[in-house]
Amino acid sequence: MNKTKSGLARFAAAPHIVWTVMFIVAPLLFVAYYTFTNADGAFTFENIFALKDHITTFTLSISLSVIATFICFLIGYPLAYIIARSKESSQKIMVMLLMLPMWTNLLIRTYSMMAIMDDGGFLNVVLRYFNLGEVHLIGTKGAVIFGMVYDFLPYMVLPIYTTISKLDSNLLEAASDLGCNNFGVLTKIILPLSSSGVISGITMVFVPSISTFYISQKLGGGTFELIGDTIERQFQNSSTYNVGAAISLVMMVLVLISLAIMNRFTEGEGGSEN
Amino acid sequence: MKKIIELKNISKEFEDERVLNSINLDIYDKQFVTLLGPSGCGKTTTLRIVGGFETPDEGEILFEGRKINDVPAHKRHINTVFQKYALFPHLNVFENVAFALRVQKRPNDEVVRRVKEMLELVALKGFERKNVTKLSGGQQQRVAIARALISHPRVLLLDEPLGALDLKLRKDMQNELKKIQKQTGITFIYVTHDQEEALSMSDVVVVMADGQIQQIGTPTDIYNEPVNAFVADFIGESNIVDGIMNDDYSVTFSGRSFECVDKGFKKGEAVDVVVRPEDVDVVKKEDGMLCGTVTSVTFKGVHYEIIVDIDGFKWMIQSTDFVGVDEEIGVYIEPDAIHIMRKSEYSGQYGDYSTFSDEIDELSNTETVGD
Repeated sequence: MNKTKSGLARFAAAPHIVWTVMFIVAPLLFVAYYTFTNADGAFTFENIFALKDHITTFTLSISLSVIATFICFLIGYPLAYIIARSKESSQKIMVMLLMLPMWTNLLIRTYSMMAIMDDGGFLNVVLRYFNLGEVHLIGTKGAVIFGMVYDFLPYMVLPIYTTISKLDSNLLEAASDLGCNNFGVLTKIILPLSSSGVISGITMVFVPSISTFYISQKLGGGTFELIGDTIERQFQNSSTYNVGAAISLVMMVLVLISLAIMNRFTEGEGGSEN
Repeated sequence: MKKIIELKNISKEFEDERVLNSINLDIYDKQFVTLLGPSGCGKTTTLRIVGGFETPDEGEILFEGRKINDVPAHKRHINTVFQKYALFPHLNVFENVAFALRVQKRPNDEVVRRVKEMLELVALKGFERKNVTKLSGGQQQRVAIARALISHPRVLLLDEPLGALDLKLRKDMQNELKKIQKQTGITFIYVTHDQEEALSMSDVVVVMADGQIQQIGTPTDIYNEPVNAFVADFIGESNIVDGIMNDDYSVTFSGRSFECVDKGFKKGEAVDVVVRPEDVDVVKKEDGMLCGTVTSVTFKGVHYEIIVDIDGFKWMIQSTDFVGVDEEIGVYIEPDAIHIMRKSEYSGQYGDYSTFSDEIDELSNTETVGD
C-alpha cells in the first residue's frame, strides 16, 4: 500500500470528505455541544443526569427492539435459506417480492397497518363478519413489535441471502459426503459460514428498531413511549434540545458498544467470507 | 477380485442434453481406476453419480451387489476429494480432517489419535492449528485427502484433484497418491483429462468420450491397442491412416503393403491404421518403406518432433536424430509398430498432423529448430 497518495486521489476523495464533515461529523459535534451545555450555552452535566427519568423508556425500547430483531432472525434466516437454495430464476422473483414493499414509503406502510389493525379496522371487520369476536391490537406492545418486524424484515433477509447464495456448493456437498444429513449441513456449515450475514442483518434491523418513533406512535397508539418518541418530543421544543441531545448521544454510544461486541463475536467465530 | 461398484446402463440428461449414454462399468476392490476423457465427456458426472451427488435418469448403481441409487451421499461408504478441495474455511486443519468423526460423535481421544495418523499419512504433521485458507495449494490438497480418508471409506473418489497444482508438485502428488492408495488398500476412482497422469497412476483406465465409454483396459492395453481413432489420438500421439486389410498379418496403406501382427479382419476390410510417432524409424531416402519431405522439426528435449509429408498426409515422427526441414527422408516401420483398428464414428477425425504446427505453437513455448 502506498502511504503517499497522489494529488488526483486526494482530489477524488474531496467531495466525500466534504460530505462526511458536513453531514456526519458536524451534526455529531452539534449533538455533543447540546449535550454538555444548558439552554444558556454554559457547560453542564445536568442533561446527562436528567436521563435517569428516562431509564424505563430506554429499557422498553431495547427490549422491544431485541424481541423484534430476534423474530426477524427467526423468520428471516429460513426465508433467506429457502431463497438462496432455490433455482436461479425463482431466486430473482422471490428477492423482488421481498423488496416490493420497500418501494412504498415506510410511513405509508405503517399507516396502512394502522388501518388494518385498528379496533374498527379491516381485520376486526373481517373477524366480526365471521363471528370470530374481535382483537384489540393498536396500543399494545405486540403491535409495535409486529410493525418493526414487518418494516425491517427485508433488511434481515437480504444480507443473509447474499452470504448463503455466495457459499461454494462444493462445501455443502463435501459436508454431506463426510456424513452430514441436511440438518447437519445447515448447522455445521451454512450457519457458521453465514454468520457475517446474520450480524449485518441484526445490525440493520436493531438500529432502526431502537430509534424508531413513528411505529410506536402509530401502532402504539400513544399508550407508551419509546426512546425515539422521547427524543422527538424533546426536539419539538427548543428549550429541551439539550436533554434530547443527551438522550441521542447516550443511545448512539449504547448502539456502538453493542455493535462492537457483535463484531468481536463474529471474529471469534471466524465467520469471515473468505 | 471382487466387484465393489457396478454401473449398469447408466444414463443422465441435463436440460435435454444427454451427458451419459448407457454406461456399463465394473470397478474391482482395491484398484486404482481412472476415468479419462476430454472435458464434457461425462467423467465427472459418472463420478458424481457414484458419490451420490447426482441420480441417474436410467440404470442402476450397485455397491457390493446392492442397489444404491436412492442412498444419499452421507450414507454411502464413499468419500470424495473435490476439485477445488472444498475445505471448510471456518475450521482449522485439525477440525477439517476430524469433520467426519465429529459428525459420527466419536470420543475425543479417538478423534485426536486418528487425525494425527491421517496428518502423518499425508505428511502434514504439526499443521493441526493452521488456518486452511492460509495453506498452499499442495497443502490444501493433502488436507482434503486426509479429510476424505479418515472415516476409512471403501471407495475414494478424486475429481481432477491435481488440476490446480503446478507441474512439479503434480508429479510429486501423483506418486504420493499412488503410495497412499497401495498403503490403505482403498479403491480409488480418479477423474482426469491428463492422459499421462492416467497412464502412470492407474491399474485400469476407462477412456470416455461423448457420454460413452470408449475403452476399458490397463494403461499398456490402452496405449498399445486402442480400439478406435479417438482413443489412439487421446492417449499419446498417433498417426492414423486409412488402410485396407489384405489378409491376416498384411495391410495396405500409403500405397504399399505392410506386414503386421493383427488378424481377424475380413479380406478387403477398410480399417484405421495406427502408428505411434516413436515407433517410426528415420532412414535414408532409398532405404525407406515410405518416403516424404520434412515440413517442420521441433526440439522437445528428449527427442525431435518431426512432421513429414508423405503423399499429402502429415506424419509425426519422434526421433533422437536431427533432420533438416525440406530434407527428403525415408521411414521404416516394424510389423509390431502397426496397430489395426476397426472403422468407427471417430475415423478420419484424428491422427493427421497437417494443422499440428500451429497448435503446438499456441500450446507450448518449444524451440523450433532449422528455420
